Amino acid sequence: MIAVFLHHIMVLPVILPLITGALLLFIREHSRRLKSALALVSTGFVVLIAAILIYRAQELAPQADVYNLGNWAAPFAIVFVLDRLSAVFLLMSVLTAFCALIYVTAHWDRLGAHFYSLSQFFLAGINGVFLTGDIFNLFVFFEVMLAASYALLMHGSGLARVRAGAHYVTVNLVASSCFLLGAACIYGGSGTLNMADLASRLALLPEDTVLICQIGMGFLGIAFLIKVGMWPLCFWVPATYSAAAAPVGALFSITGKVGFYVILRLSLLLLENDTTGLHAALCQILFYGGLITLIVGFTGVLASQNLSRLSANSVLASTGIVLAAMGLDHPALTAITVYYILSSTFALAAFFLLIEPVERNQDIAANVLAVTMEVYGEDEEEEEDEIGFYIPATAAILGACFTLCAILLIGMPPLSGFIAKFMMITGLFWPQGPARAYILPDIQSWLFIIFLVLAGFAQLIAMTRSGIRLFWASLDTYMPKVQISEIIPIAVLLTFCFTISLAAEPVMRYLDSMAAEIYVPANYIHSVLGGAINKGE
Amino acid sequence: MEIVLSSGIGIFAASGLWLILRPRTFQVIMGLSLLSYAVNLFIFATGRLKLDAAPILDTGKAIDPAAYTDPVPQSLVLTAIVIGFATTALFLVILLALRGLSGSDHVNGREPY
Repeated sequence: MIAVFLHHIMVLPVILPLITGALLLFIREHSRRLKSALALVSTGFVVLIAAILIYRAQELAPQADVYNLGNWAAPFAIVFVLDRLSAVFLLMSVLTAFCALIYVTAHWDRLGAHFYSLSQFFLAGINGVFLTGDIFNLFVFFEVMLAASYALLMHGSGLARVRAGAHYVTVNLVASSCFLLGAACIYGGSGTLNMADLASRLALLPEDTVLICQIGMGFLGIAFLIKVGMWPLCFWVPATYSAAAAPVGALFSITGKVGFYVILRLSLLLLENDTTGLHAALCQILFYGGLITLIVGFTGVLASQNLSRLSANSVLASTGIVLAAMGLDHPALTAITVYYILSSTFALAAFFLLIEPVERNQDIAANVLAVTMEVYGEDEEEEEDEIGFYIPATAAILGACFTLCAILLIGMPPLSGFIAKFMMITGLFWPQGPARAYILPDIQSWLFIIFLVLAGFAQLIAMTRSGIRLFWASLDTYMPKVQISEIIPIAVLLTFCFTISLAAEPVMRYLDSMAAEIYVPANYIHSVLGGAINKGE
Repeated sequence: MEIVLSSGIGIFAASGLWLILRPRTFQVIMGLSLLSYAVNLFIFATGRLKLDAAPILDTGKAIDPAAYTDPVPQSLVLTAIVIGFATTALFLVILLALRGLSGSDHVNGREPY
């Protein structure tokens, strides 16, 4: 009974936000309290489910839990597949989204219509991407996520946002075309879109058909790398992230991770036993592309004039680190990379949320906000929403949060950013574990280490500079007023970073076994195609 | 037939790409539409082409699947058309908003000097 229950809650991370989002459309825009409560309850449930799924995935490993939608057998219809990789990404994104939603209740939900519905659809799309086992269904969930993100990006309106939005939508529509071309090539070549079925068929196909499939994978790769923001496909990133409203920026910090997930999943599933050299080529592309992204990112960090630009370029820098680490293609490093993704996602989301309160009394940000408030004519009912008392000594609290974010992003001890980078470097010297003799890394690893350290240094300079400019200003010009519902989500996100720093050992044990599992595609293939192993009966 | 279809897809894609790289928003949206036509036709073509054959099943006889094209890409293309149509409509609204806010139909929201 309980097993059946655990098996069936797997679809809820997709279905629950979809239903909630649709329901919220029927509630009038004026009853914001009700809307935010519903959205928070629904997302809270999804967080709970994601936490249960983490244990569920661990329990079933190395098998994956497979959910046949409509009870059709695996290769013929769409399946949802849950393994530890999807469970980790699922939990990470819903936790971040939950914090962003708390933040929105402060006053951001009045900048535009339907924020809560859109965020729910966005969440449904993201969770669907993590759970689906079918390439075309992946496309559909990607589009659900993107359609919501187009509208979210323009939340609050204003010329800067609409201009960034027009570019963002254009880039993503072209990327979606690439995605479709890729999916069509793969279907035309192999006759299936089920990931597991495709992985098992690839080895059996004749050579010319394999070539068509590989062209398809190339198209898919371009689509995902656009979404991740790898150089030279990354020029939309800084403009988009710095134009987005603060909670939307936090939500957007998840979208890039969706790309990482899909690249990890598909490259390990489809190319791990590859003999045609495509896998090696992909690793080279990821490594050098990642390295250049990292360089572009930290140069941008150094050149940034304000915090929004700084955070947007930090996204690029961390993307570069993750891609380059993926390009080195090593199971131990993959686990550490996922740990780094966790740490950087929480830290960047906290940073995005922190920027607006910090810069609130600086002229530019305040003006933009005032203008957007005016556009929506929100002035008349402003009074009743001054709920939440103003925290005394807010400057101190904001300063502390800023310092913690800086420590995390730079990768200074003792927090998780440092642990991740330290493990990456030791992992390259001691690939067999610290008990064995060390080896001298090859050229690529040296390059990676050098730029990893340089990037941290650049981040240190930039963060110190803006910290001094913002917090060591005289008090009469700098008196930020912050509502408690804006501080809580930032604190919660930083607490997640504390937690994964303190509990680094159990987290890494989980991730290590996850990496070992996804490097054996047979686990996944057998779970999906192997019959009724985990039907929970 | 193959050469007609493939050159049609090619022309659509090429004109679409060229228009996407143009500076006016109207050209960009036309380009995106043409590109999506090319992609949709391409998906349709992955179901293989069949000439001089009835498009419907003959229920009187035993059915030979090899005599028909693959129906899956046709259902895929339907989904792709719907999604593409919706996102293009959304994009049109965004471009109108950009035109309204900036007073220019340049993709950067301001006229080049």
